[in-house]
This record gives sequence, C-alpha cells and structure tokens, in this order.
Amino acid sequence: MKTRVAVFALLIVAMLLTACQPGAAGGGTIKIAILAPLSGPVPTFGVSTRDGALLAIEEANAKGGVLGKKIEAVVADSQCTPDPAVNAANKVIEQDKVHYIVGEVCSSASIPISEIAEKNKVIQISPTSTNPTVTLNADGTTKKYVFRACFIDPFQGTVMAKFALSKGYKTAFIMFDQGNDYVRGLAEFFEKAFSEAGGQIVGKESYTKTDTDFSAILTKVAESKAEVLFLPDYYNIVNLVGAQAKEKGVTAVMMGGDGWDSADLDVKAADGGFYSNHYDAADTRPIVQSWVANYQKKYNSVPDALATLAYDATNLLLAGIAKAGVDDTDKVAAAMETLNFEAVSGNVTFDKQHNPIKSAVVIAVKDGKKTFTASVAP
Amino acid sequence: MNSTKAVSPTPSFIEMLVRRRVLRTFFLVFLVAVVVWRIGTALWANPTLFLQQVIDGLRLGFVYALIALGYTMVYGIVRLINFAHGDVFMIGAFMSYLAIARVQLHLWPTKVFPGISPVLASGIGSITVILLSMAVCALAAITIERVAYKPLRSAPRISALITAIGVSFFLEYFGALDFVFTPNFITYKRPFDVTTWVFGSGGVQALVPGQAIPENTVTFSNISIIIVIATIFLLVVLQYIVTQTKIGKAMRATAYDQQTARLMGINVNGIISVTFAIGAGLAGAAGMLYAIAFPQVTFLMGVLPGLKAFVAAVLGGIGSIPGAFVGALIMGQAEVLSAAYISTPMRDAIAFTILIVVLLVRPTGIFGEAQREKA
Repeated sequence: MKTRVAVFALLIVAMLLTACQPGAAGGGTIKIAILAPLSGPVPTFGVSTRDGALLAIEEANAKGGVLGKKIEAVVADSQCTPDPAVNAANKVIEQDKVHYIVGEVCSSASIPISEIAEKNKVIQISPTSTNPTVTLNADGTTKKYVFRACFIDPFQGTVMAKFALSKGYKTAFIMFDQGNDYVRGLAEFFEKAFSEAGGQIVGKESYTKTDTDFSAILTKVAESKAEVLFLPDYYNIVNLVGAQAKEKGVTAVMMGGDGWDSADLDVKAADGGFYSNHYDAADTRPIVQSWVANYQKKYNSVPDALATLAYDATNLLLAGIAKAGVDDTDKVAAAMETLNFEAVSGNVTFDKQHNPIKSAVVIAVKDGKKTFTASVAP
Repeated sequence: MNSTKAVSPTPSFIEMLVRRRVLRTFFLVFLVAVVVWRIGTALWANPTLFLQQVIDGLRLGFVYALIALGYTMVYGIVRLINFAHGDVFMIGAFMSYLAIARVQLHLWPTKVFPGISPVLASGIGSITVILLSMAVCALAAITIERVAYKPLRSAPRISALITAIGVSFFLEYFGALDFVFTPNFITYKRPFDVTTWVFGSGGVQALVPGQAIPENTVTFSNISIIIVIATIFLLVVLQYIVTQTKIGKAMRATAYDQQTARLMGINVNGIISVTFAIGAGLAGAAGMLYAIAFPQVTFLMGVLPGLKAFVAAVLGGIGSIPGAFVGALIMGQAEVLSAAYISTPMRDAIAFTILIVVLLVRPTGIFGEAQREKA
C-alpha cells in the first residue's frame, strides 16, 4: 500500500514536471494533444491509441517535424466518459494551448470533446469513434474542425457487397437484428450496394437479440439457394447461426462486419466465412509491413486496430498541417478536406461529413484460422 | 352466462353484445380463422418446407416439455409458480458445459475401455453428462426449496411467488460472476458430432458437409432425434413414477390435500423436496439438450425458455402432466411457425399472446381442472 502511494506521488510529480516544461519551451513547437482513455472502462484501448499516436509523432520529429518545427505531444486521460473528457479537453486547450487534438476512442467521449473543439476552433481527429454525430451538428451540418480516421459502421456493408460480387456471387440472403443500429446499418448498406451493382437479394429476415433458435430462418435460407448469407451481427449470434446453418446444410457463404472480430468467435461455426475489418497486420502493402515492424521494435507487440488508427489519425493531421503550410486551424481544416493520403489502414480522402473514404480489409475464417484475404476499396 | 339476470330492463345493443359474449366469440373465431388461413396457405404453397418447419418446431417443443413439467409438478403440489425454474435449466446447461469442456467427462468410456465402438462410447459418455447435470440441478432445487420456499409455506402464496422471483435473479447474477459461470457468451461443445439426414423420395441419406440440400426433401439431424427420444424416455419414467410407485402415490395425495396426506403418515416435506428434485432434474436434462441444439451458454439463457415453458404449462393446464407436454408441443409449433410464416421478431410476442388468450378464454388450460384450485 505504502509503495503504491509512493509510486502514485512520484507519478504526479513527474506529470507536473512534464506539464510545466512545454510552457517554458513555448513558440518553437507545434503541440498535439492525445486524449485517450488511459483509465476507466477500456484502458487497453487507451494505451494502444496513445502508443500509436506517439509513434507517429516520433517518426515525424525524426524527419524534422512539421513546418520546420518540432512536434510536441500532450497526453491526457479522458477515461471514455463525458465529464473527464470535457475536463481533459479544456485543460489541453486552455493550459497547454494546443490547436490539435487526436482522440477520443469512445464516441461518448468524442462527442463532448468535439463541441469544445468546435467552439475553440481547435482541430479534432478521432481515430476510432464511429458514431455519426461525432462529426455532425444536431442540425445535420458538418462540424468544421472535427474529423475521424475510421470509416463509419454501415460503410462495411458496402465493402462486403463489393467483395461478394468480386468473388462471383450473385444472390444474397440478409439476416439482421432489427433492434441494433449497427447491424441494421450494415444490412441496409449491403443491400443497397449489392442490388445496385447487379446482385440479387433473394431474402431478408430479421430476428431479435434474445433469439437462439434460428431454424425457421435458416430453412428459408437453404430454400432460397442464396450464395451469400450476410449476417453483420456480433460474434455470439454468428456462433449460434453458424452452428445451426452447418447442421441445416446451408451452403451459403457467411459474411459479416467487424462485429465478428473477437477471440470468442467460434471458428468452427464461422468456417468458410468472411468479415471486414479496419486493418490487419498481415496486409501485404509495404506501408503496413513497415508500420508493423516499427511498432514491434518500439513496443514489442503486434499493433492492433486502435494503435493503427491512432497512428493514421496523427499522420492525417500532420499531413493536413503540412498541406496548409501554416499553423492556422481554419486553413488546416480546409486543407484536410481536400487531402489524399496513403495511410496504413488505406488510402484516405474525406467526404463532406468528414468521414474518411478508404478501403477495408476482408478476413477469411478457414480451418480454424483467420487470415487476411483482400483489401477492398469502396 | 348471467344474461337472465338483466340489470336494466332494456339493455343497449353493446351491453347485450358484451353480455352474450358475442364480441369474444367473434374475436376468437377471427383469430382461429387467421391462424388456419396462414397455416393452410403455407401448407398449400410448399408442403415440404412446411413439414421442415414442423419438424424444427417439434424439437423445440420437446425441450419446452421437459421444462414445463417442472413448473407444473411444483405448482401441482405446493401451488407455487417457481420462477427460478428457468435458471435451474441454465445451471443444467452450464454443468454439462463444464463437464464436457473442462473435465471431458463425455470421453470416459474411450479412456476406460479403449476398444469400445465410438457410437457406444459417445452414447454412454453423453448419458453420463446428462445424469450429472440432472443430479446437480436436483440438488440445487432441493437447496433452494429448503432455504427459500419451505420457511414461507404457511405464508400467503404471493410471498413465495416474490421469493421465487428473487431466487431467479439471484441465480442469474450469481452465475454471471467471474468465478462462477462468467457473464460471457460461451460456445457450447457438443459431446458428439452432428450428422444431418435428408429425407425425400429417394429415401434417407446422410448429408455430406458442404453439399446443397436436394429439392423437395426435409432434413433432420441426430440432435433432433436425440432430443425426442430423451424427452419421451424421461416422460415415460416420470409417468411411471407418478402413477405406479409409492412416492408417486404420496405425491398425488400431497397435491390433493396436504393436511390429510400428513395425517395418513406421508412425509409431506420429503415429498415436496422430491417433487422439486424431479422437476429440476428434468430442467437440467432440458438445459443440456437445449445447449446441444443451440450451442451457446450464457447466464441469462434460462429466462425466455423458462417463461415460454411456463406459458406451455398454463396452456396445457397448470398442475397437469399430460397438459404440460401437449402445451409445450403447441408452443414449439406456434413459435417456429410464427417465425417462419408471420415474422421472426414477433415470435415471442405471439408466444405470450397465447398466454393472454388462454387466461381470457380458458384459465384452467386444456387439461386443467378448476375444482382442484383450493380457496
């Protein structure tokens, strides 16, 4: 107990010291705040995000910084919770005088931060918050200073439709939980993209999240002779549906979104299926391989999607500053809107709502392994 | 019914409708007509598809039957709707999961007798696991009965009912603790491999994995067959116990009149415990069969099957053993057919609508006897 208190006290002193330094250094640097949930419900997300962003800044500094100035990181803990997030955002803007924020991971924290950023004309780029309102005002207009580095959920439906068609499949059956916005969004986008590009939706059935017996729907799937069964739900439903589909002799290839991405996905039940994700360390593009190698050298682990998106978010921000040529957030925001940047998780351009348009990776579940299959551009 | 005792000398038209139960009859006829029409058109449009849905409904109905029996037996003997019954079902599913995935109990025959045939080995192994689940559930139910219900036996019936709800929540969230069953969805490991057969004009053939189902055939798997056989076997055993043994006789006497039964020298407390144990044992078996059919276990898995089995017990006439069985088969069909031909998200709504309709039209259920209800 005593040692814990001592360590804590030391940490506070250390934090105070580091917090004081930049104030003295001043002028010659560009400060970027990293708001990450280092404590609270999802601390591992926070650590990955911080590490990814710090590595991006370190690499940029090694190349001489941006606009001829060194970049300085200000890390604050926003806890994935609205109140601490607001405090952290106010602190970095008012005390540290930052003009740029990378963060937060959770939409629930990113939304209040985005309101403060907008008010103070500070540019915010969230690496992983998928809620549409992060970049949108209540009246539907786009927040001028707020961007994100990840695609919003429903976009994965479009990607998977494209992937299914590229594999030569012409008919699809959609199963979705009508009470879940995430699932419904993916299903709608899949249906639209698949039928617009010449595919045929031969059936569409909804269920509820408490269902365990899917025999009635799966009988229809088998009857419809669909080649693809699109099931964009979380892994627990996929496990149940997959096992029952195998028992029922359903031959359709199962496909889904990043809800499948879990260590608890039953690889036997999902065997033969495909799902989309933000990024995969086995992607063969050189930029991905060098990122994985650099991250492993520094942190001794394979970077996850959160670290990758934080790295991308920071690099997008730096590219925007470099393109604008001045440390002026109005000009940087305008520059980011027209950016075309090769990031680790795909080539990024921003749409009118400041969401990135970029490729997703498709992962195959086969023989008990999840392997990278393709990178699909929208 | 009481239309002879008119309150006002000239009843209005609507009053007359209400009193003569014209509206109610009309509503019922309408409901039946809709159901018959839906089923009829579905049958006409694609008979094999319809038959397939009926087979899947049977499987679900047989599992519900095992759970419903526990409700009905306990209600018959202590007039208590044991809402914790669905959670005993969950305990049964988890016990079999732990026995299979952690201890690999289902493999003991091959370990002890290496030369044994694989079919026999997995049969004996699975039966061992199911017996273990049943025993654990029976013990759990006896404990629950002794701790939570017995002290309230002379209290108003509503107290025991509320306690049952409390026990139910306790079991669920105690199970959700990290060192008990964890709050996660856990993929169930089946003790045997699934084989699917295709039944059509060409006879019965095993389905090769990855092969599409031929036209105009119905499929069924070894899981469905095992569920049906296990349920029928347990039902026969139960029927034998209740009608042919001394314990069964004592159970019926206790159900009929506790005071008199006690005067006749029957150990009423013991008999009540035995009833709870038998009901829970059936729920434990149901838990394992359900988890085999729908291979996932989680701490809330007992809630909906429990409630639906309760509806089945009410539909068949609570307190009646054949009633619970028939009610459960009807529930299984209602659920699967409404999922197939009306709307999947509405299956639960339809299941509970049956409860409401039964309570409105025939509160005693199909096999129920009104006079057994004591004041």
